[in-house]
Amino acid sequence: MALLNEDHGRFKTFSRRAALLGGGKALLLGALAARMYYLQVVESDRYATLAEDNRISLRLLPPPRGRIVDRFGTPLASNDQNYRVLLVAEQAKDVQRTLDRLAQIIPLPQEERERILREVRKKRAFVPVTVREYLSWDNVSQIEVNAPDLPGISIDVGQTRHYPYGSDMAHVLGYVAAVAEHELSGDPLLELPGFKVGKNGLEKQYEEKLRGSAGTSTMEVNAVGRTIRELKREEGTPGKDLVLSLHAQLQSYVQTRLTSEKSASAVLLDSNTGGVLAMGSHPSYDPSKFNLGISSSDWRTLINDPLHPLTNKASAGLYNPGSTFKMVVALAALEAGINPNAEVYCPGHYKLGNARFHCWKRYGHGHMTMRDAIKHSCDIYFYDTSRKVGIDRIAAMAGKLGMGDAVGIDLPGERGGTIPTKAWKRAQIGEPWQGGETLVSAIGQGFVLTTPLQLAVMTARIAGGKAVTPQFARDLQARRDDAPADQALDAAVQLADSPNSFPALDISEAHLELVRNAMDAVVNEQRGTAYSKRIQREGWEMAGKTGTSQVRRITMAERRQGVISNEDLPWRRRDHGLFVGYAPVHAPRYCCSVVVEHGGGGSSAAAPIARDILAEAQRLDPLGQPVAPQVAGPSGDERI
Amino acid sequence: MSLYNAFGRNPEMTLGQKALQMTWGLILLIAVLAAIGCVMLYSAANGDMQPWAQRHAVRFAGGLVLMLTVAMFDIRFWFRWAYAIYFVAVLLLVTVEVIGVVGMGAQRWIDLGVIQLQPSEVMKVSIVLALARYFHGVADEEIGRPTRLIAPLLIVCAPVGLVLKQPDLGTAMMLLMVAGAIFFAAGVRLWKFGVVLAAGAAAVPVAWQFLHGYQKQRVLTFLNPESDPLGSGYHITQSKIALGAGGMFGKGLLEGSQSHLNFLPEKQTDFIFTMLAEEFGMVGGLGLLTLYALVLIYGFAIALRARNQFGRLLAIGLTINLFLYVFINIAMVMGLIPVVGVPLPLISYGGTAMLAVMIAFGLMMSVYVHRDIRIPRRGLADAD
Repeated sequence: MALLNEDHGRFKTFSRRAALLGGGKALLLGALAARMYYLQVVESDRYATLAEDNRISLRLLPPPRGRIVDRFGTPLASNDQNYRVLLVAEQAKDVQRTLDRLAQIIPLPQEERERILREVRKKRAFVPVTVREYLSWDNVSQIEVNAPDLPGISIDVGQTRHYPYGSDMAHVLGYVAAVAEHELSGDPLLELPGFKVGKNGLEKQYEEKLRGSAGTSTMEVNAVGRTIRELKREEGTPGKDLVLSLHAQLQSYVQTRLTSEKSASAVLLDSNTGGVLAMGSHPSYDPSKFNLGISSSDWRTLINDPLHPLTNKASAGLYNPGSTFKMVVALAALEAGINPNAEVYCPGHYKLGNARFHCWKRYGHGHMTMRDAIKHSCDIYFYDTSRKVGIDRIAAMAGKLGMGDAVGIDLPGERGGTIPTKAWKRAQIGEPWQGGETLVSAIGQGFVLTTPLQLAVMTARIAGGKAVTPQFARDLQARRDDAPADQALDAAVQLADSPNSFPALDISEAHLELVRNAMDAVVNEQRGTAYSKRIQREGWEMAGKTGTSQVRRITMAERRQGVISNEDLPWRRRDHGLFVGYAPVHAPRYCCSVVVEHGGGGSSAAAPIARDILAEAQRLDPLGQPVAPQVAGPSGDERI
Repeated sequence: MSLYNAFGRNPEMTLGQKALQMTWGLILLIAVLAAIGCVMLYSAANGDMQPWAQRHAVRFAGGLVLMLTVAMFDIRFWFRWAYAIYFVAVLLLVTVEVIGVVGMGAQRWIDLGVIQLQPSEVMKVSIVLALARYFHGVADEEIGRPTRLIAPLLIVCAPVGLVLKQPDLGTAMMLLMVAGAIFFAAGVRLWKFGVVLAAGAAAVPVAWQFLHGYQKQRVLTFLNPESDPLGSGYHITQSKIALGAGGMFGKGLLEGSQSHLNFLPEKQTDFIFTMLAEEFGMVGGLGLLTLYALVLIYGFAIALRARNQFGRLLAIGLTINLFLYVFINIAMVMGLIPVVGVPLPLISYGGTAMLAVMIAFGLMMSVYVHRDIRIPRRGLADAD
């Protein structure tokens, strides 16, 4: 037992210290358990979220953009399939070889190949690279047939905006193009590569409604970003279809009719509803060029064109209204209590102080009542009358009839124009109003500037006696893929197109009737200024007023030599020709304004166009055709 | 002495008797742990026995045979050969150092064809053998003498220095801690530990200068892992996310998104505990911890039950060693200590680690089987 004794002491020490070691270990293991509890129970939610963030990648699914259709449902802007060739490098293995084979089907210029190879190098091997967009159907089928020889190549279908009417609708519809930096609003859709937004026209005006909202695809990804599988898919809301008051056929007609001139614009309104049936501006441009990405040379050509094809002259072009303004002066005078039957003698000129103001008719019209003065467009009558009424009352009437400020149509870029008053001149020019300026304004020259749209609104207000405001959009409705253009339904919608409840103008109906009667005389009575341009078909007759807007001052020297005819002047110095009119004369509905830039007189240049437009509008009037049975209109739509 | 003699000259026990004395409960625990390792490795391969789970099982089977063989050897055999084994281990460390100079950078293993031997793993067992042998010969009253501590300190410093040179800070720290535990258990006075700890703390700023850039980075990253979430801190951050996402009951086998989507690094080796805790939650993690605790309790029981100081010190040293593996690995993946490359015994994939752990268990069992054998303090030569 000697061994036991010699070990006894240190066995005791060992046992004590082993117990201490054991206790220490237990404490440390306890610390591990506590840490585990902290991480896995206390902080679990936070880490679970982090793990999901790691794992989950959201992908946006762009919604199909809403279509724009005319009043009959004819698509004016729709979405076309855009076939793209994609290349996935990891499936292709030998990218060069695949591109070589592909080049036998679609031409691949060297610079394109370099771009593709650059992108392939930059991106991860499983990320598709776009090789080519907007493939023809032939190419698509060729690639599909040759798919076994083209490893890594796939066809993907995207959407691109399609404008079937091309340049006929460009100014109204606008176009879509890639998002600019300043347009980023926080909507993640806008940051999607290749996403396009409305840049002009109705595409811009109704951008948010047409755009819809994005869907999401929830993907599980691994640590290097490769998609493992799709976990969840939420389809977005497609953009709403925009139904216009526009009449596609009429619009095309108007735009085509304007091509007889170098530069012209026209507006056709429905005075019952305020709906814009057509709005033309010539020259125009091809909106699809912007969609596909316009080349800089094309862009320079458009920008530098002296005829401003990018400007919608109908709503953004400012012109002296010329004699078309005379109805405003006449109504101001009537409301001011001036007797329309009182005669004014026109000797061909009018003296105010030392200044002489001329009538367009050199030797004068003789004795003129108000009706005669409008019919013959006598300047002297309006010089005289305007002096009695004063510029401020004329301006107030112009305001009532929709001039002097933007009418607020749902189209971007509308301009307001100018209706001068004494206060306006003091504020803008800093000089007191001159008596002669009232005279010049009374015949729609000088400071007075209006847009063709305002002239159409004025015409509609006179014709209907209501404070008509024009609008393109009739309706925004959820997408109906099943009903593209159901004529019967749309005829019913057309009929249900009850007159909007515009407030009555604060103008006596008798006075309006007098002016309408005079406008009737302008066109339909012999020696009226537009008699030769009248619509001869019974029941379709139009009423109207010609106007000529001076581009240059006529000097005294020129006057002595006799007024030079417009045809002898260079185009740029010729007068603008204007015409406003409505039809049918006894049940006004179609109200039209036409401005022909440097076209010469209103009667010769603008009136024939207005006549043709108004005649065409009545020819196409669905009320003149057999009416289809009543069909319930779309319900639950968002009216705007 | 031949192998035959190691069994044959033991007068007290036959092989059959030894087998009956084996700690079968401990063997069962070890087998359960290895089986869990297989399941986790199966999951790490996204539900495939290849490339890890099957080989892990085969290695465990081999390790089991090795363990039982080691256990059958008489405790006195290990006592006699303790120093020799230690010297061989030191020699291997020197060899790896030389190869490391010839090859590129830090090489920590020797290619034996069958396995790649890591001498530092061998050293973790050898140092326990050598120290147990030494302190076995030091009487209780002698241990207070500082001169008696010179030899064991040299036994510790030689391998620690070599390992530091590799450089492998983690293993060096482990060796120091195991040695410290044996010194402590042998009865070295407590104030001496105080002196060493104080000296060590004072040396930290100096030692910092000698650390390699990546080692400094690891320590700094540990102190603030979020500072560099895609760089050095990535491992710790992703590991914590995986653990936290596992929650109480886990996501289920093969359902751990962090592991299977490769956010988790080294999931088959150092970070296997993270995967287990992600897929089986805190319940699974605590279950594993409990199994390890039971193994450790076995180790302590064996140490206390042994009737010879060599066996006691050997058992306690090996138990501490095992504990350090488990603690360091789990504390690391939970972000409690810096990232050091320490595998989880019996679970992590790796040949040398499995070998070292099974040999350690074999030695512990040998201590238990031969618990009543007396070894004179002065050594065996006289007694024989």
